[in-house]
Amino acid sequence: MGAVRSLMAAWVFIGGLALLGGAASGAQYGPGVTDTLIKIGNTNPYSGPASAYGAIGRAIAAYFAKVNDEGGINGRKIDFISLDDGYSPPRTVEQIRKLVEQDQVLLIFQSLGTPTNTAVHQYLNAKEVPQLFVATGASKWGQPKKFPWTMGWQPNYQSEAKIYARYILKNKPDGKIGILYQNDDYGKDYLQGFKAGLGDQAAKMIVAEQSYEVTDPTIDSQIISLKNSGADVFFDITTPKFAAQAIRKAADIGWKPLHFLNNVSNSVGSVLTPAGLDKSKGLITSLYEKDPTDPQWQDSPEYLAWINWMDKYNPDADKTDQFNVYAYNAAMTLVQVLKQCGDDLTRANVMHEAANLKDFELPMLLPGVVINTSPSDFYPIESMQLAKFDGEKWVLFGDVIDASKAK
Amino acid sequence: MPTGRALALAAVLIGAGALPMLLGDYRTFQLTLALVYAIAILGLNILTGYNGQVSLGHGAFYALGAYTAAIMITQGGVAYYWTLPVAGAVGFGAGFLFGFPALRLQGLYLALATFALAVATPQILKSSHLAAWTGGVQGIVILKPDPPAGLPLSADQWLYYVTLAVLAVLLIGAWNLLRGRSGRALEAIRDNPIAAAAMGIDLALYKTLTFGISAAYTSIAGALGAIVIQFVAPDSFTVFLSITLLVGLVVGGLASIPGAIFGGLFVELVPNLAEQISKAAPWAIYGAFLIAFMYVMPYGVWGLMRSLFQRLRRKSPATSRLRQVPAPAKNGRSKPWEPSDH
Repeated sequence: MGAVRSLMAAWVFIGGLALLGGAASGAQYGPGVTDTLIKIGNTNPYSGPASAYGAIGRAIAAYFAKVNDEGGINGRKIDFISLDDGYSPPRTVEQIRKLVEQDQVLLIFQSLGTPTNTAVHQYLNAKEVPQLFVATGASKWGQPKKFPWTMGWQPNYQSEAKIYARYILKNKPDGKIGILYQNDDYGKDYLQGFKAGLGDQAAKMIVAEQSYEVTDPTIDSQIISLKNSGADVFFDITTPKFAAQAIRKAADIGWKPLHFLNNVSNSVGSVLTPAGLDKSKGLITSLYEKDPTDPQWQDSPEYLAWINWMDKYNPDADKTDQFNVYAYNAAMTLVQVLKQCGDDLTRANVMHEAANLKDFELPMLLPGVVINTSPSDFYPIESMQLAKFDGEKWVLFGDVIDASKAK
Repeated sequence: MPTGRALALAAVLIGAGALPMLLGDYRTFQLTLALVYAIAILGLNILTGYNGQVSLGHGAFYALGAYTAAIMITQGGVAYYWTLPVAGAVGFGAGFLFGFPALRLQGLYLALATFALAVATPQILKSSHLAAWTGGVQGIVILKPDPPAGLPLSADQWLYYVTLAVLAVLLIGAWNLLRGRSGRALEAIRDNPIAAAAMGIDLALYKTLTFGISAAYTSIAGALGAIVIQFVAPDSFTVFLSITLLVGLVVGGLASIPGAIFGGLFVELVPNLAEQISKAAPWAIYGAFLIAFMYVMPYGVWGLMRSLFQRLRRKSPATSRLRQVPAPAKNGRSKPWEPSDH
């Protein structure tokens, strides 16, 4: 049964490709698409050490529920199949293969994590399945020549780190920098971008580097070492659980550096609140999305639309959690791509339209932050703005910086 | 009786051989992984089930095999099948050496020492000193081997048959090892080390060799796992892997060779089944399955099957004369489903 179906789907796909050359007429469908349905696959860590990210998968499903209630995209509803991989690469391989080979999805959207996406990077490109808008900021997701079926979404880690480095060079040139990073692709990407941003000052200014494993229970000893190194600037490259621990521990032992927190963990709801809002005062991060707790947005129609969606479709989720904004924006980006595809819903055309977003604005991105892609630019969002935490919310300062130009 | 057993074996082999033809590539891939886990669990069973040395760290040997294969394939350009004997040899060496400190540790203390091994593994793999070989946190991507030219098989089907063949060879090896004198020696050490020593069994030699063989089996499984998954990374070999192998061991049946296959199927398929039942709390469902298994089959899947076979045999007239022998079960101590070799 399944084999017959997949064979038929393959023929439909080949037929679609053949038609592309000639006079295209009528609808063309890749696997997972019918006149009424588009199947989309996803993996998220709903269990395991990175399970805080599971909120993203749930919120994306909630957004597609809204799209479906409003009639879908060009009359087609979205069937969003999101599976748990527990942040374990072998499990991701299994789940992604299930989505592609059993469930026959059109594309993989927003699968989360750097090691997990790396494990299926080659598989998806060999199978020519779009690995679209992956939920990781590693810089390796934007290589259209080598991996034409893979595209990132959020600003990549290296560019973000360069923005902090530039700020430190300008405002605290005599700072002594301590760094804490997660010992994996993600942490090292930030570290590399940061050192590149500091340039020849890096060796002089960085006085301590500490790392931790994602499986570690705490990072208390690393924070104590950083304090003892005499650092007065702290670049905090940690995932949510560890970010909360770092903020609390630094405050508890009376270490008050100029604390830069990577964008990955700047959620007020899931990081700063558990760490203690008073302890989070003075943190600096960079933003590209609107912070749902920031009062300056809360009367805007964009925010009201978001909060209405949250109330109706994602009522159990935390309304202060940035992840719910992230998922909302990311899901809207995919909806835009599918809209642009029209009735030509082949995998090739999905990638073509994903690489054809021009000054696309999203309601919950910061004003001035737009999405641009092209066949040679697979980094959709590249602008950010710095922000400081005042004990209640992030307060933006300075201009929107185009990170692709901050070199 | 032997003809019945041979028929059953032939049926199992034909069934196992036909499965990939009936299933799609994804299901075949899943079954291949189940067989890979079965090999690893078989290795753990030799150590824990037969010899009574509890290991919470076999994930480390699995990782060792996986990395041996990955490094040989990507850096040495070696064909994937040559990596299996090498992984086995490396695993044997590592296990044999680890067996020496293990001699001084019993029961839970040994479990803790091996647990330390499992905890340390991801960090050692990420270490910058080894990064030139291990790829550090990035891991190593392996290309999937193609089936030999001329065979009408997909890459997934081919790997399934390779894994099945390796499993068959290792099953026969384990059977040969465990059924005779050496098997009795291993179980004697498990049940009463003092008596075993008094019988002239060299405890140190047997225990370290058992550790080595067990680790070799698990390393071969790791190498196959790496080839099947096409990717190794430190995050793939967390403590959870070691626990998973132990779960498979107990579910399949302690001190039973075929039990490893059921253990492999359980640890591979039940998490997926649990996710299909409830997306919200798959691990709670998994836990419920585990508890149910332990209650229904306290001696593992193979223990249950054995007791069923025995009941059937008792009912058949050809063996009814056995009933005249006074059953030891009368004293209430041993249970009818208890495997005879337990």
